[in-house]
Amino acid sequence: MLSFTKSGIFCQQGGFYIDPWLPVDKAIITHAHSDHARWGNQSYLCHTHTKPLLQLRLGEINVEAMNWGENKIINGVQVSLHPAGHIIGSSQIRLEYKGKIWVVSGDYKVADDGISGVFEPVPCHHFVTESAFGLPIYRWEKQEIIYQQIRDWVLQNKANGFSSVLLAYSLGKAQRVIDCLAPLELPIFAHGAIANAQEKLIGAGFHLPAVTRVPTAEQLSTASEKKALKESLVVAPPSVDGSNWLKQFGPSKMASCSGWMQVRGNVRRRNLDAGFVLSDHADWEGLLTAVKATGASRVFVTHGFQSAFSRYLNENGIESHEIATDYGTTEAEE
Amino acid sequence: MNLFADLVQILGTSTKIGDKLSALIQYFETAPEKDAVWVIALFTGRRPKRTVGSALLRTWSAELVQLPSWLFEEAYHTVGDLAETISLLLPPPSHTGNHSLQHYLEQLITIGNQSPEEKKVFVLTAWQELDKAERFVFNKLITGGFRIGISQQLLVQSLSRLTGLEASQVAYLISGQWDPQSTGFNELFDPVRAAVDFSKPYPFYLSYALETDLAELGNPADWQAEWKWDGIRGQLIKRNQQLFVWSRGEELMTDKFPEYASLLNELPDGLVLDGEIIPAQDGRPLPFALLQTRIGRKNITRKQLQDAPVCFFAYDLLEWQGTDWRNEPLTKRRAQLETLLSTIRHPALFLPQTLAFASWVELTELYHQARDFFAEGLMIKRNNSLYQVGRKRGDWWKWKTDPLTIDAVLIYAQKGHGRRSNLYTDYTFAVRKGDEFITFTKAYSGLTDKELAEVDAYVKKHGLEKFGPVRTVKPELVFEIAFEGIAASNRHKSGVALRFPRISRWRKDKTAAEVNTLEDLQQLLQQFGTGGRD
Repeated sequence: MLSFTKSGIFCQQGGFYIDPWLPVDKAIITHAHSDHARWGNQSYLCHTHTKPLLQLRLGEINVEAMNWGENKIINGVQVSLHPAGHIIGSSQIRLEYKGKIWVVSGDYKVADDGISGVFEPVPCHHFVTESAFGLPIYRWEKQEIIYQQIRDWVLQNKANGFSSVLLAYSLGKAQRVIDCLAPLELPIFAHGAIANAQEKLIGAGFHLPAVTRVPTAEQLSTASEKKALKESLVVAPPSVDGSNWLKQFGPSKMASCSGWMQVRGNVRRRNLDAGFVLSDHADWEGLLTAVKATGASRVFVTHGFQSAFSRYLNENGIESHEIATDYGTTEAEE
Repeated sequence: MNLFADLVQILGTSTKIGDKLSALIQYFETAPEKDAVWVIALFTGRRPKRTVGSALLRTWSAELVQLPSWLFEEAYHTVGDLAETISLLLPPPSHTGNHSLQHYLEQLITIGNQSPEEKKVFVLTAWQELDKAERFVFNKLITGGFRIGISQQLLVQSLSRLTGLEASQVAYLISGQWDPQSTGFNELFDPVRAAVDFSKPYPFYLSYALETDLAELGNPADWQAEWKWDGIRGQLIKRNQQLFVWSRGEELMTDKFPEYASLLNELPDGLVLDGEIIPAQDGRPLPFALLQTRIGRKNITRKQLQDAPVCFFAYDLLEWQGTDWRNEPLTKRRAQLETLLSTIRHPALFLPQTLAFASWVELTELYHQARDFFAEGLMIKRNNSLYQVGRKRGDWWKWKTDPLTIDAVLIYAQKGHGRRSNLYTDYTFAVRKGDEFITFTKAYSGLTDKELAEVDAYVKKHGLEKFGPVRTVKPELVFEIAFEGIAASNRHKSGVALRFPRISRWRKDKTAAEVNTLEDLQQLLQQFGTGGRD
């Protein structure tokens, strides 16, 4: 039912693509990250929560939304969305045609982060899975342990007279980091990109903590406003690393929140003061659990460590194939 | 062990010297005395002899986590560090052990004589009681290579603050031969101890690269010039009727160079010479690669001695008749050195001449001839310079020749280590021979982080094979490779071996068809080769 073409994952019977990377007529989108939801498609179908995020990123588009568990028939193919737990709105896409069931996972994590919905194992015959962290060195601690580490680090910096800058991908990771910081009851300054997403989500009805948008230089009129930025708490996308924008916060410590922080070399390469292993993807065990829970007889492994993960599945009695895609193009996206 | 794990964590990730310094001082103040001594030993390369091989560590950990060995290797190549790979793969600890660093190190020494089964019990027990960060340092103690972002200078500085001793005294006291197992902290820093240890080298005085116009050095008559040799910097010491050879890495290498042994009868007692350990015959340097063929060997064969004879090029005198001469001016030290060596005829000891020049223009002409004399440039030293400690600006300058360069295409890539974990950063390059590409060198450095990321993305997209550490890359990316020397070698397909190869720039303007040919490389060998017999 599905084929892997140069434009993306294609359903010939249904006449639509899933997360295409070249412009097509009909695109079903798993989630709003830029490597999955690209510009230029004639029409988009996605989860209700993904819709405002797509509009924020892509502007005026022809987009239709549906809820988890709802069914929709497209050219005889029954389409439904199921929570993927990756970011807000992220969904696995289930397709059923003549008794054959395919599920495309998009990106997912199996642990509940309290914001993104709880990953639902969906039984199927063919499962298309990501493998961003598909090596056994990737094993995540419980979210609460990492959250506590982050808060301890922030308080220690404050005690030593430093601002804390937490680098987190604007959509997904940033909401979790803000959620983690909220109990400290300190003002949270957010970079524009993150403030936009946060405000959009709050506007869409999500109960998320409010943040203070970092004022521009012109907006900072009084000395006390400038002073408020020192020894403060800042959430920003990874792209601000090394920019002048950071200077306004005075002496600061910087940390990244990402699954890549699991390996020391990645922390050192970025000259970070700390790295917190907080991922929106499934770890090794999570991937294995998810694959087994589908009961799928064939598994297609996309972006990440697809060679290793796929070989491991084959050696453990699950037929598996590697698929080349254009997803997961940069590490920063995690 | 957790204190030490914390220290390694801070030293490994901290980006500020001040933070590292205070972490070290705090560690030395709070750690048990024996742990502190062990840390000094570890950070100065005095790791206990390896008693557990890395193959065993691999086997035991893969067994413990029930992973196929190919997957273990895949994980290792992504992490780029065996100790860390194992610490990440193991399941969480079952209980806490709360043992000191000393405990684990002394156990490690003890198991040296035990059976593999007993070793396994020790290692597995340790893994079960240590957390992730502690396991990492524990594994590092076994696998060695504690390169965790701390310089000798930083260690010396922290100990100097702690003990109130001068930095140079500290450097002197922690160098040389001492056993961390039998030495206490106070004993180590007891100045009286220094008088008893005859082997101790002086801290090396290191030069900076010349960065200004020669004219800014002032009057040429105030300066002395020598060829800069491409060997291992070392000190040759004779005290108490014993001979010692130290490398700049503070490694006692006396046994590695049997050709120096007979100097014991020739040299006067109470003598320290500074110079270059260099493969040479009749005062003419041979390729450095020759030295590398024997440096790692425990036992040196007669053939190696014949094929790679090692000489000591002496250029400074640090101790004479048992007196420290480091605070005498260079001219006086040099004069005494010349007087001494004029009376000694020994094939393994050579006094390179200083270079005569009347003006900076003349010196520049000499500089351009350096390669003809198998030198890698010039050393320019102020006549009245004292022999200082460490790298200091002002009195000693090195002026290295411009590197040789060749354009080559990237054909294999491998993931890097340390901060280059999970990035394809280690490359093999090839030149053209007709329609073929012939590999001739690897190079690991020279690209910016941004360029590395770009090449990494290219390799990940265009790599042709999937398993094993090495990816064959579609030959499209062209780089200029710079190197310091070239020698004939029958160990490489291309027939040449380069000295210090690195990437000097990315030639995005060139295609693989435009890279240099094997003939070009052979021509460089003809012109600049140091006539190796490797």
